[in-house]
Amino acid sequence: MIMIKRGLFLISLSILICTSTIESVFAQKIPDRPSPPRLVNDFAGMLKPEEVNMLEQKLVAFNDSTSTQIAIVTVSTLDGYDKSDYAQQLGQKWGVGQKGHNNGILILIKPNQSGSKGEVQIATGYGVEGPIPDLTCADIIDREILPAFRNGDYYGGLNKATDVLMSLARGEFSASQYGHKAKKSSGKGSPIGFIIIIVIIIAVISRGSSGGSNNKHISTGGLPFWMLLGMMNSGRGSSGSWGGFSGGGGGGFGGFGGGSFGGGGAGGSW
Amino acid sequence: MKKGCLISIIVVAFLALIVLAVVLWGTKVYNGMVTMQESVTSQWGNVETAYQRRSDLIPNFVNTVKGAANFEQTTLTQVIEARSKATSVTIDPTKMTAANMQQFQQAQGQLSSALSRLMVVVEQYPQLKATQNFRDLQVELEGTENRISVERKKFNDVALTYNTYIRRFPQSFLAGMFSFQSKPYFEAEKGAEKAPEVKF
Repeated sequence: MIMIKRGLFLISLSILICTSTIESVFAQKIPDRPSPPRLVNDFAGMLKPEEVNMLEQKLVAFNDSTSTQIAIVTVSTLDGYDKSDYAQQLGQKWGVGQKGHNNGILILIKPNQSGSKGEVQIATGYGVEGPIPDLTCADIIDREILPAFRNGDYYGGLNKATDVLMSLARGEFSASQYGHKAKKSSGKGSPIGFIIIIVIIIAVISRGSSGGSNNKHISTGGLPFWMLLGMMNSGRGSSGSWGGFSGGGGGGFGGFGGGSFGGGGAGGSW
Repeated sequence: MKKGCLISIIVVAFLALIVLAVVLWGTKVYNGMVTMQESVTSQWGNVETAYQRRSDLIPNFVNTVKGAANFEQTTLTQVIEARSKATSVTIDPTKMTAANMQQFQQAQGQLSSALSRLMVVVEQYPQLKATQNFRDLQVELEGTENRISVERKKFNDVALTYNTYIRRFPQSFLAGMFSFQSKPYFEAEKGAEKAPEVKF
């Protein structure tokens, strides 16, 4: 009897030991998920507080309306990691994007300090690798982020980059349309300009089945479509800010969803 | 007499309970091992996809480089040879051993080092580097190498979880009984585990 009891005790003890979770060996230097969760985390102090709030509000609204999460993180050092490795691990650790959809995007920035280059990486979750391929990330970095960053305009670069990323994630224009557009307009145009032109092109194409239309026909055809899209956008925006109402200044972000990253994206340096 | 009968009933019931507990526990452990093994297998699929992606990219890359006036041929040939060798080595994830894993890694590692040698040679062709086509392929290759290293890391993580589970007492009994074998890891090779430097 005692033997059996002892045996039972041993079995239950070993079960207890074995069910204790095996801790995954995770890199210690990657910063922990912020609490309360925020989408814009300026650890390196590159942005003004109001700029952080503006970006946060915009990204929270986007998260509310589409569930796609775009996080911005600045760090003062990469701790010897490659920037793509760092960004992937950070995105994975924080769980940017929704679980199952993996629709997270992470913009990681390390400022240029004395002697070291500034580094920027856009990491895409598994679920957004399609609408936002690596090449497009590289285009966004080259055309939106780096020109502004070189002038010290970090907010401007991030604002433009997030605009493009949001449009791509919403499917307002495709990655190849953005790529072609950016190449042709030799770098000078603003993303809003691209969006307008692309929307007009889409409008023309969608009405283009009649063929052989003259210029006047195109412009009258394009305009209502553009206005309609603009109205749809503003509708989304207002509903988003309504969702973020409770938190006050830049708050209302419900938290990261547990999205996964597979190494997609591209980087650049200045 | 009656007392003895009662005792034996209690003992039998107790034993039956133990047997039931062991069976239930065994089922749980067995199913756990199967699930973990499946996640190792599916992660291996992701690893292969990442390597396949690189392999698919190489012909395009080689053609672009070839286009540059009198580009050095030997490095290109080495890349092409290493690629065909690497694609010929595949592993059935249900029959993974340390030996065939090493073979796989070696073949892919040779391709990695052939590619990084090519990148060094490309340094001498600034005109080639300046083309849009080359820049695009470079971004693609970089992203592919990142994916390879991420999927390898994830593979090692799930393999570690599985191996730890089946080798611990008392699951090791069941693992031995149903011949669950531990999975090999990707090992860091000198230089080859690092993605070839494709930055300029």
